[in-house]
Amino acid sequence: SEALFGEAEPETKMISMEKAEEAKLKAKYPNLGSKPGGSDFLRKRLQKGKYFDSGDYNMAKATKNKQLPVASVEKTEITGDHIPTPQDLPQRKPSLVASKLAV
Amino acid sequence: VAGSNRTGAGGNDVQWCFSQVKGAIDDDVAEADIISTVEFNHSGELLATGDKGGRVVIFQQETENKCQPLSRSEYNVYSTFQSHEPEFDYLKSLEIEEKINKIRWLPQKNAAQFLLSTNDKTIKLWKISERDKRPEGYNLKEEDGRYRDSTTITTLRVPVFRPMDLMVEASPRRIFANAHTYHINSISVNSDNETYLSADDLRINLWHLEITDRSFNIVDIKPANMEDLTEVITAAEFHPHQCNTFVYSSSKGTIRLCDMRASALCDRHSKLFEEPEDPSNRSFFSEIISSISDVKFSHSGRYMMTRDYLSVKIWDLNMENRPVETYQVHEYLRSKLCSLYENDCIFDKFECCWNGNDSVVMTGSYNNFFRMLDRSQRRDVTLEASRESSKPRQVLKPRRVCAGGKRKKDEISVDSLDFNKKILHTAWHPQENIIAVATTNNLYIFQEKVN
Repeated sequence: SEALFGEAEPETKMISMEKAEEAKLKAKYPNLGSKPGGSDFLRKRLQKGKYFDSGDYNMAKATKNKQLPVASVEKTEITGDHIPTPQDLPQRKPSLVASKLAV
Repeated sequence: VAGSNRTGAGGNDVQWCFSQVKGAIDDDVAEADIISTVEFNHSGELLATGDKGGRVVIFQQETENKCQPLSRSEYNVYSTFQSHEPEFDYLKSLEIEEKINKIRWLPQKNAAQFLLSTNDKTIKLWKISERDKRPEGYNLKEEDGRYRDSTTITTLRVPVFRPMDLMVEASPRRIFANAHTYHINSISVNSDNETYLSADDLRINLWHLEITDRSFNIVDIKPANMEDLTEVITAAEFHPHQCNTFVYSSSKGTIRLCDMRASALCDRHSKLFEEPEDPSNRSFFSEIISSISDVKFSHSGRYMMTRDYLSVKIWDLNMENRPVETYQVHEYLRSKLCSLYENDCIFDKFECCWNGNDSVVMTGSYNNFFRMLDRSQRRDVTLEASRESSKPRQVLKPRRVCAGGKRKKDEISVDSLDFNKKILHTAWHPQENIIAVATTNNLYIFQEKVN
């Protein structure tokens, strides 16, 4: 039943639900670190946006915009898997595209 | 009691009606169009949104038509500009997204409006000004700006201002850069109207609005050894009246109140707000769901509200050891934590907001649902922002979620909820019962039903 205003499930039920969910997760991912929440995921959060170098960054950007015309790509080649030429790079011109909220 | 036939929460039986929706209808949402922040200015006349594409759109409330007292004031586009652009930090090989994390308005001092907008690394002060007249009748120049042949000038005249079509211009007046190693999550303007704070995962800086080349670090929780990192700053805000006081929340569910009069570096808090928990009750998810995603002072300054994954808590600043009120936002998700962890939804950062007189608080949920929690009337309601309920002045019907067992008519089961439709950002007009609710790429404006 839906929890009502201000009334949580009794604490014991809350904890057992969480522990059941935890058991489910550990069953799927047995190598999950024993440290709950914790520094691994915090450190990942601090690394957000990190790339190996600018080449890596540009390759990732090229993969994102698949509709870009890529010079002589063979069918087997995947866009973004080769070092991009200037034509491949998504030249973002966000200032030309107005927000749809402003229509 | 929630879901009763009585009208929804909002004080004195407020019923909410659809007013407007902004944005495209198509299902294919471009990443740039994802709304990332919504904020009313201090009078409520202006409503700003920021998006993942680094753009700001400002809406202005039309002054009500005096001839039709029941007509509703609408918000129309006032100004739009590109606030931030994507960057790549070559030194650190870090992508700097142009996504606008927060917008905060400055109180109005003169004819122009000012707001601060920030992405992960750089804060900008924007001036939004109106131009509705232009000078005409120069002696040396034609109207189009070309210089006149001086031999043709035989008389002198005094240039005059003549009305022109209203033009709203946005210009960046200050750029506050290079002060954050980590990602900025909050900005907050001080009540002194001269300074503001910016907070990233590990540090909080104090700026003067006039000075861009330096800022003071006032909180630093970076451990000497990053292996020892256990906690990050998730939000920060200045007290609405006490210019020396601010709070910051953490990923461990604590809030620290700091007094800048006590010391220059506020690493030691003046107050620590934390609800005690029995360690034997902890699960893998406990810390993650206790992470505070938003903290907001009440308008009165007496209380503050925090939002964690499943609940909203109201704290009395005079009581540190537990919140005075706790409201469940979507308790039915507790039995779904495993899948919410797998699809990363458990890390979603929901915001929350107060109404003008602090009697009702609002926060978002999934399936484009949002919750209104009436503190004074002890009532709550779940409403939905959807195109299906977007006929003019259509009253919003309360929604109910069935957590398990037999689903009643009109209820939606937990497993049918769309977790991609999240309402993370909501805002409440400072005086009136007008709310702005952002779905992924649409902005809904709802107003109180006027009888």
